[in-house]
Amino acid sequence: MKRVLTTPIKTEDIIDLRVGDIVYLDGILVTCRDTGHKRRVLSGIVPNTPLEGGAVFHAGPIVKKNGDKWDMISIGPTTSMRMEKFEKEFIELTGAKLIIGKGGMGAKTVSACVEQKAVHAIFPGGCAVVAAAQVEEIVDAEWLDLGMPEAFWVMRVKEFGPLIISIDTEGNNLLEHNKAEFAIKKEKAVEELSQKVKYMKY
Amino acid sequence: MQKEQRFIQIVSKFIGVVGQYLPDDVLSKLSELKEKETGKMARVIYDCMFDNLEKADRLARPICQDTGVLQFFLRVGTRFPLIDSLEELLIAASADSTEKTPLRHNAVEPFDEKNTGTNIGTKAPWIEYELVPNSSTLEMDVYMAGGGCSLPGRAQVFMPSAGYEGIVEYVANTVSTLGVNACPPLVVGVGIGTCVSSAAKLSKKAAMRRLGTSNPHPLAADMERELEKALNSIGIGPQGLSGDNSVLGVNIEYAARHPSTLAAGISVGCWAHRRGTIRIDEDINYTLLSHKEREL
Repeated sequence: MKRVLTTPIKTEDIIDLRVGDIVYLDGILVTCRDTGHKRRVLSGIVPNTPLEGGAVFHAGPIVKKNGDKWDMISIGPTTSMRMEKFEKEFIELTGAKLIIGKGGMGAKTVSACVEQKAVHAIFPGGCAVVAAAQVEEIVDAEWLDLGMPEAFWVMRVKEFGPLIISIDTEGNNLLEHNKAEFAIKKEKAVEELSQKVKYMKY
Repeated sequence: MQKEQRFIQIVSKFIGVVGQYLPDDVLSKLSELKEKETGKMARVIYDCMFDNLEKADRLARPICQDTGVLQFFLRVGTRFPLIDSLEELLIAASADSTEKTPLRHNAVEPFDEKNTGTNIGTKAPWIEYELVPNSSTLEMDVYMAGGGCSLPGRAQVFMPSAGYEGIVEYVANTVSTLGVNACPPLVVGVGIGTCVSSAAKLSKKAAMRRLGTSNPHPLAADMERELEKALNSIGIGPQGLSGDNSVLGVNIEYAARHPSTLAAGISVGCWAHRRGTIRIDEDINYTLLSHKEREL
């Protein structure tokens, strides 16, 4: 059975989620990435769309104007780590509960997830048509002055996912855990490989 | 139709094809990794990738929303009839495809820090030329790389005492840390040369080479195979979520180096390695070398 979260998300909806769990989202999803995070945290400009209990997607879509509406063409996650510098303050300021992107995030975001009871999830990168097909409608477009990728797109989504929990409310961090394992395997791989590439002559 | 107009149309449509379909070699390698994969989470991701490829085909959409800053790598015959106007024609084709495909607006002017909204800007699209004497044909790679897989790219000049051991460690360090966020399984291009610019340029050339081909030098080919095995043994898996493999392939290109330096460059491509190769002859007839089953 699919586990589906619905916005506005409450703490009790996500408190038992653990890294590696897969969930889906119904409701309102907004995009916000590099410049949007910076604007919200540093300038204090607040978008009209409320984010309390909200879901935020690190993504810059391809959209197409269709009369006075926008059509979603292609939307996949961008590298979440770029938002690490501002995510903690962003979560504190907005009350967002679900941050979606790709790859991992760092210690500051982990502390915000623990203190504010929020989670970070990974949508499979590059799967932008799967994601676009789960967008029912673009309901609003804010901050268009930032350009297509950086604007604050407000979407209604249905069973948006798979969303793989990568940071949970207990502070577990799936990608950091994986990276520690990769580092150990990498040491061994480099040691063995070094013996095979002694091509220098002396 | 005039040759110029035909050229613009062909390239504009080809950009759309490159955004919508993986090249034959990448698709075949990705299918192979998917079939071999035993990890449960990794299989969920591979299924999502192939669902995405099917939907991109059916709905005629770009596979990934990040259609990159367009990059063109040309091997142009010195007798190719449009050689004098290639830059303006490629700019026109990029602008046309941005609207028609459509592509994401990805050209941000430095210092003004403003997205041009057209994918055209200072030296954007990016164009590199190699001249082919006594030929009247153009062969061209079109590449769209997302920001995610451009971020791990780097180059460094080592002292020769670091040896090839230093290079493989540099590559393994880069892939095992920065590669995780770059949408693996990755295409890894390694360039070896004298300075950062030659090593970086050759690393991109390596990333543009077809998967499954080897460097003609037996030791370079050996290093490609061994690096691929070593990186796969790290088990980064699709999206860095662990799996049986890490990379789609490793290609190496090199130039003779200064005796005092050993430069290495790394260019990384994501699983959606949208690289297309097209040949256009003197009558502006095209052949798609990378997407054999597609037409424009």
